[in-house]
Amino acid sequence: MSEGTTGATAGGSTDKPVPQPEEVLGPRSGELVAGSDQAGRPGRGPEVVEVRRGMFGVQGSGDTSGYGGLQQPVAMPGAATRPYGGWFDEAVDVLGEVLAAAGVAFDAAVERVVVDPQADPPSPHAELTLHVAREHLVAVCRALRDDQDLRFELSLGVSGVHYPQDAGRELHAVYHLTSVTHGRRVRLEVSVPDADPHVPSTTALYPTNDWHERETWDFFGIVFDDHPGLARIEMPDDWPGHPQRKDYPLGGIPVEYKGATVPPPDTRRQYS
Amino acid sequence: MTTTGAPHATRPPTDDFDPGIPGFEASGGDWDEIAREAVGEERIVVNMGPQHPSTHGVLRLMLEIDGETVTEARCGIGYLHTGIEKNMEFRTWTQGTTFCTRMDYLAPLFQESAYCLATERLLGITQDVPERASIIRVLMMELNRVASHLVCLGTGGNEMGATTVMTIGFTAREEILRLFEAVTGLRMNHAYVRPGGVAQDVPEGFEDQVRAALPKVRHYLGQLGDLMLANPIFKGRLVDVGVLNLAGCMALGVTGPVLRSTGLPYDVRKAFPYSGYETYDFDVPTSTDADCYSRVVLRIEECYQSLRIVEQALTRLEETAGAPVMVADKKIAWPAQLAVGADGQGNSLDHIRQIMGTSMEALIHHFKLVTEGFRVPAGQVWQTVEHPRGELGVHAVSDGGTKPYRAHFRDPSFNNLQAVSVMCEGGQVADVVVAVASLDPVLGGVDR
Repeated sequence: MSEGTTGATAGGSTDKPVPQPEEVLGPRSGELVAGSDQAGRPGRGPEVVEVRRGMFGVQGSGDTSGYGGLQQPVAMPGAATRPYGGWFDEAVDVLGEVLAAAGVAFDAAVERVVVDPQADPPSPHAELTLHVAREHLVAVCRALRDDQDLRFELSLGVSGVHYPQDAGRELHAVYHLTSVTHGRRVRLEVSVPDADPHVPSTTALYPTNDWHERETWDFFGIVFDDHPGLARIEMPDDWPGHPQRKDYPLGGIPVEYKGATVPPPDTRRQYS
Repeated sequence: MTTTGAPHATRPPTDDFDPGIPGFEASGGDWDEIAREAVGEERIVVNMGPQHPSTHGVLRLMLEIDGETVTEARCGIGYLHTGIEKNMEFRTWTQGTTFCTRMDYLAPLFQESAYCLATERLLGITQDVPERASIIRVLMMELNRVASHLVCLGTGGNEMGATTVMTIGFTAREEILRLFEAVTGLRMNHAYVRPGGVAQDVPEGFEDQVRAALPKVRHYLGQLGDLMLANPIFKGRLVDVGVLNLAGCMALGVTGPVLRSTGLPYDVRKAFPYSGYETYDFDVPTSTDADCYSRVVLRIEECYQSLRIVEQALTRLEETAGAPVMVADKKIAWPAQLAVGADGQGNSLDHIRQIMGTSMEALIHHFKLVTEGFRVPAGQVWQTVEHPRGELGVHAVSDGGTKPYRAHFRDPSFNNLQAVSVMCEGGQVADVVVAVASLDPVLGGVDR
């Protein structure tokens, strides 16, 4: 949901209308977005994954603080604009060519290219993220691993991130690839809806992802199709639920110390 | 199942004594079929661990053996899973160091440093971290690398029956833990590295203390080398055992000394430098034997290289004496000042007296920064450091709030344990212990 138009479509299909990015991007939104100079760029702008309302649990007529009316967008860095800087342009071009040779359109495979932070001159700490469509994940990985100009031969695993408010893209699987040959790194991000949490397994290309995919399944419930044995790895086999999801409670009990009681961390006052 | 002659478990013992008494044997139904299957496929599955002294903690190994030969080896992990990553999502960015330091408890400063480097990149203050803080981080990490390798060598020796190797290893580690205690107040689980710098400067006379400890550590390392490297029994157990070649390492994502034992000099300190490692003079030892013995040699070599870095860091520490160890930005820098009192290390009473007695604003600021924490711009970073066991990666995601939205640690032990099957299958049961020891898994890091 990176554009206002997509947001409107998604808003029509759910009960609660999803706020438009331009509507929720308040005066503070610039400082909430990493590389806030992007606001002045002709890109598609930051990607709003969630809009939070209120703070400290105050709302309704009892709210005399005004915090109940607070609106805070959670905006992740948006699509980057050319030139990406450094080796990113060349690598993305080569990836496009290799994918085209394999019969996959680049625009269909890579939904969005994010460079964070994108600055001029390029930041030495900039990271390249490719948001990949799950149908083409294996093709993209194969191209990244096998082409001599890309050669991301070392996978450093998979992990998940849960964005429960990002309708249709709740679960993200994040892959970190390293090219020892060229001294480069790239991040692949695949987002899937909670209702259909299937991602093709990359274990055939990167056998090391075996346990990492099991862990991501265990903690987030992302199903990696064609994985050789997608069993839980950290939690017991009969454990209900996926603990790293945002809707899964942390648990904990109040602790008494010198007469005062410290509540469990998930019930303490929240500032964000 | 009927047999004649040889005694059989299912035959009543009475047959042997009195032929007049009727005997009863297990037969009928599908018993014949079951017995045939059992005899035809004699599988022995040995469950090694999770409470086995040679598995470095609560690692469970499921070994299918044929005689003494391991035909299948699998790992069962998760016995030490404590949900540290989930817990970090409910604490401020600064409190995160207290949690991640407890993951790999033999190398706590690496988790702290990686996490703080990631946080600093999200904040965009990487360039603002004072040089002295980076020097202290490098110094502490390299001392920690030596301490971690010493445990690996010591426990590895112990698992093969060489108790002296263990006692020497732990005695040498003790020298380094004393240095840690002098700086952080703790021997492990330090929470010393903080976003923006380190918790406090090193104590007075610390350089001399390190300089006094280094010859002792070198001496013990020399003793370890003398005991192990030319020992025929030791070599007989380790040479050509647990072989994993370069292709296997790359496919399985195995990094660290195991990868370097195949000849590839991949070291994050050289490939993707952080904390100013590009300015230190050190070598990356490699071998091409790819077996357990070469990994022992590499770990000893790496200890000496780490001591080289420590000496360079000490010189720089003396040159930067008195320089700040925390970013100047008071909206990020942790306000607590620590001091050593009669009852050990704690809050500096002078500092408390100042903020309580003289400055209302300082008190408010202190309170807000400690309870609420600082806000970190939304985004995600991937920061890796060269951990004693391989490449440690931190994937930190911020939603613009005061707590990590997600903090994932790619622990090298977790990843490297996948190689156990490849390294052990086809070998002897005794080789499993050696192969696992050469991977040096720490289960606190594996399960997090």
